[in-house]
Amino acid sequence: MFTANDYKKGQPRWCPGCGDHFFLANLHKAMAEIGVAPWETAVISGIGCSSRLPHYMATYGMNTIHGRAAAIATGVKVANPRLSVWQVSGDGDGLAIGGNHFIHANRRNIDLNMILLNNRIYGLTKGQYSPTSPRGFVSKSSPYGTVEDPFRPAELCFGARGNFFARAVATDAPGTIEILKAAYQHKGASVCEILQHCVIFNNGAYDDVYNKDGRAKRAIYVQHGKPLVFGENNEFGLVQEGFGLKIVEIGKDGVTMDDILVHDAHCQDNTLQLKLALMGDGDGFPVALGVIRDVEAPTYNDAVEAQIEEVKAKKPYHNFAELLETNDIWEVK
Amino acid sequence: MADSLEVKELDQVVVRFSGDSGDGMQLAGNIFSTVSATVGNSISTFPDYPADIRAPQGSLTGVSGFQVHIGAGQVYTPGDLCDVLVAMNAAALKTQYKYAKPGAAIIIDTDSFGPKDLEKAAFETPDYLGEMGIDPDRVIACPLTTMVKDCLKDSGMDVKSMLKCRNMFALGLVCWLFDRNLEIAFNFLREKFAKKPGVADANIKVIQAGYDYGHNTHSSVANVYRIETKNKVPGRYMDITGNKATAYGFIAAAEKAGLKLYLGSYPITPATDVLHELSKHKSLGVTTVQCEDEIAGCASSVGASFAGALAVTSTSGPGICLKSEAMNLAVIMELPLVVLDVQRGGPATGLPTKSEQTDLLQALFGRNGESPMPVMAAISPTDCFDAAYEASKVALEHMTPVVLLTDAYVANGSGAFKLPNLAEYPEINPPYVPQELLGEWTPYMRAENGTRYWAVPGREGFTHILGGLEKDDKTGAISTNPENHDLMTRKRAQKIQNIPVPNLEVLGDSEDADLLIVGFGGTYGHLRAAMDEMRAAGKKVAMAHFRYINPLPANTAEVLKKYPKVVVAEQNMGQLAGWLRMKVDGFCPAQYNEVKGQPFKVSELVEAFGKLINALL
Repeated sequence: MFTANDYKKGQPRWCPGCGDHFFLANLHKAMAEIGVAPWETAVISGIGCSSRLPHYMATYGMNTIHGRAAAIATGVKVANPRLSVWQVSGDGDGLAIGGNHFIHANRRNIDLNMILLNNRIYGLTKGQYSPTSPRGFVSKSSPYGTVEDPFRPAELCFGARGNFFARAVATDAPGTIEILKAAYQHKGASVCEILQHCVIFNNGAYDDVYNKDGRAKRAIYVQHGKPLVFGENNEFGLVQEGFGLKIVEIGKDGVTMDDILVHDAHCQDNTLQLKLALMGDGDGFPVALGVIRDVEAPTYNDAVEAQIEEVKAKKPYHNFAELLETNDIWEVK
Repeated sequence: MADSLEVKELDQVVVRFSGDSGDGMQLAGNIFSTVSATVGNSISTFPDYPADIRAPQGSLTGVSGFQVHIGAGQVYTPGDLCDVLVAMNAAALKTQYKYAKPGAAIIIDTDSFGPKDLEKAAFETPDYLGEMGIDPDRVIACPLTTMVKDCLKDSGMDVKSMLKCRNMFALGLVCWLFDRNLEIAFNFLREKFAKKPGVADANIKVIQAGYDYGHNTHSSVANVYRIETKNKVPGRYMDITGNKATAYGFIAAAEKAGLKLYLGSYPITPATDVLHELSKHKSLGVTTVQCEDEIAGCASSVGASFAGALAVTSTSGPGICLKSEAMNLAVIMELPLVVLDVQRGGPATGLPTKSEQTDLLQALFGRNGESPMPVMAAISPTDCFDAAYEASKVALEHMTPVVLLTDAYVANGSGAFKLPNLAEYPEINPPYVPQELLGEWTPYMRAENGTRYWAVPGREGFTHILGGLEKDDKTGAISTNPENHDLMTRKRAQKIQNIPVPNLEVLGDSEDADLLIVGFGGTYGHLRAAMDEMRAAGKKVAMAHFRYINPLPANTAEVLKKYPKVVVAEQNMGQLAGWLRMKVDGFCPAQYNEVKGQPFKVSELVEAFGKLINALL
C-alpha cells in the first residue's frame, strides 16, 4: 500500500495559485489509490510550466522536449508495457507543437494516461495565445485579439478515434481523482482534460466552474448509467431534441426523470458524447465534467506483444543464428 | 555468328542488367551473383533505380539497372563499366549503353525495339544500333519475348504472367555466356517460390531456354567466359545488401546485450528496407513502430531507450534534420540510441535514390548547443553488419546516441557475407547502476570512464527524472549554475572522447607512399580498387579509410602527416577534409570531391590521383 507521500518529491516552483499545484496534489492522491508502485510508474512530459510536473514525482520520469511527450511516452510503453505510463502536457505542448503526436497516440490507442493541463495560454514564454484560446483572445502575441478558432480537445480526441475522454477542474479534488483513476483503469489512450487557471496570464479562464458553487450551478457531472441531471438541486436535466441536446426542468411541463437522457460512456458511437463534451462554451449549457467517453478497444501495445507471440509460435527461427539459416547459403570449401 | 566456341578465362567481369522498373532486373542480377558466389567468386552488386514509383512502361525515366561485378580474386566495387549489358527494351539500351565498356557484349530483346518502343526511347531512326554507334557484331539480338511465350505456351499461364519470366531468359543467356551452373539458379528459384511451384517451374524452364538458346546459336559472340576462383576463404556465405546487414547487426547486438530491439522509424528512401527487414523478425521479439513522422521515430526511440531497450531509429536525407531535436535530448539525458542515416543526395528532397556522403557535418554538428555524438560510417554492404553491431555496443556501453552513416550505394549494394558466429563477437555490457549504490545513487553519477549509469524503470530504489534541462552534476536536479553547466558540457564531451576506437590502418605502401588516399564510409571499395590499380602500375600509394569519425582514431594525426601528399576523396564538397583540418593542426590535404549521386569511377580516381603524384615529381 502506498500513500500520496510515496509519489511526492521536491518543492514545486509554480506560481502561487497556479492550477498545476492543485493537479499535482490530486495526481499524488490518485496514484496512491491506484496503488502501482512508484518504480513501476513513468511520468513523461514535454516543455511548459505544467511539464515541470515529473520533477515533483517520486516515480521514474522524463521532462523532455517541446511537444514530443506523447511520442516519447509511446516508446516507453511499447518497449516496457509493464510500466504504468502517464503523459503530461499543457495545451501548447499537447495540441500545438505536439498535435500530431496527440492524435496518433489516440488513433493507435496506446495505453497511456494522457493529461492535458489546459489553461488556454502559454505561461512559460509569458503570455501568448495557445491553440485553445478563444477567437478574439487578447494576449502579448495577439494585442488586437486572435483571428483564429481554437481546438476543442474533445473534438480532436474523438476525431482521432480516441476511446477515452474525461474532464475535471483542477481545484476539484474528488472530480480530478475520479477521472485519473478511470483513466488508469481504461486500457488504451485516455485523455484527461484538466481545466485550470494561469494566475498570471489567464486568470479567470474558467471562473464559471472554478469553485464549488460555480460548478453546482454551471457544470454537470456525468456518470455512466446515470441520468444527465444538474443544478444546485439536480433540478435540470438534458434531453435529446432533434439532432441536439436541450435543457429541461424536471417537474415542469410534464417532464419527469424518466425523460432525462441517461449517460452512456461505453457507447461506441461518440455522437452524443461529443455533444456533451462540447457544451458550456457560452452556449447556455453546463460544462460536462467526469468520464464522458470510455470505450473498450484493442490497445496498440497489447497487439504488438500478441503479434510477437503469434509469430514466435509460427516461425521456426527464434535467435540470430537461426535467422541466418533462413537465407540462401552456399559453402566455399 | 561465331563458328567455334572457346572457353576463355577472365579475372573479373561486370554484367549490367537493365530494363523497365518492373522487368525484374534485380532478381536476375541477384540470382546471377548468387550463382557466381556459390562457386567462390567474389561479388559486388549495385542497383540503380529511378525515383519514380512506376514511370510509364518503356520510357527513359523508368529504366532501372542492376550491376554485378564478379571476380576470381577480391572485387571491391560493382565496377565502373560493364562487359555485358542486358537491355530489355529500347529505353534501356538508350540510357544504359553509357555504362558499357567499348567492346562490351550487348544482349537485347528485339521484340521490345518496335516503332513505338523506339519512339518512347527517343530514337530517331529504325537503325537504333547505328544511331548509338554500336557494332552489330557485339550484339546478341534475340526475339526474347517471343521465345519466352513459345517456351511457356503449354504452361496454362496468361500472357502477363509469361512476360514476367523474360528476365529469366536473359539470365539463362548470361549464365551460358559465363559457363555458370544452372542447378544453383534452379534451387534458388525453388526456394524463393516454394509456395508457388508453378511459378518456380516456369522460371526454371525459361532460364534453361535462355541457356540453350545461347548454346545452340553460340549467339553472336565468340567466347564463353569462365571466372575461376582464387584466394577462397572457406566458409558458409549468403548474399546480403547493406540495409539487410545493418538490420542483422542490430538484431545481433540486441541478442548479445540481452535487450529488446526497438526500432522507431518513418518510411524514407533509401533507408526503408531496414524498417522492412526488422519488421519481419517478430519471432526474435523485434519491435518496430512505424511512427507518424521522423520526429516521433526518434522521440519514441528515446522513450524506448529510457525504458530499457536497444533503441534504434533509421532515416535518410531530410529525416535526419527532423530527428536532430530528439537526438539532442538523448545527448543530454545520456541515453543509448543508434541513429542510422542512410545518406542520399541532398539538400532537401534532393536525389532520393542516389548516393552521397553529404550528411557528415550534420551528423557531427547539426544540433543546438555543444552536442558531441560518436559518428561511424560503414565501408561496404557486408561491413554494415559489423558497423551496426559496433554502433550498438558503443551506444549501450557509453550511454550515448551514436550516428551510424551508411549511404544509398552501400545500403542497396550487396556482397558475399560470411555467416558470422555471434559467439566470436565482443560482449556488450551496458553500465547498469550497481545495486551497492542504492541510497546514494543520483542520475549523473558516472563510472570510471565517465559514463553515466543506467537505471532502467521497474527497479526499486532508483526512481529518477531525466530531461532536456541541464542537471546538477551531483544531485541530478535542474540547474542553471554556470560552473555546473560548464562542467557538464565538458563531461559529456570527455565521455565521447573516452570511447576506445581502433587505430587507423594504412593499406598499400604504408612505409614509402608518395600519396596517401583518405576517405570514409562507402567509398572504401572504389578507393581501394584505385589504389590497387595504381600500385600495380608501379606507383607508391597508400590508403587510410575512416570508419570511426568521432572520436577519431588515436593515430590519426600521425598517419595523416607521414606522407608527402594526402588526398581526401569524398562524395561531398570536403566535409571530412574540413573535419580533419579542424582536428589535426597543420593538416593541408588535396581534395577530390564529387557529388553526382553515383559511386566514384575507379578510372577517374586513378587519373586524378596520378596527376597529384606527378605534380610531386
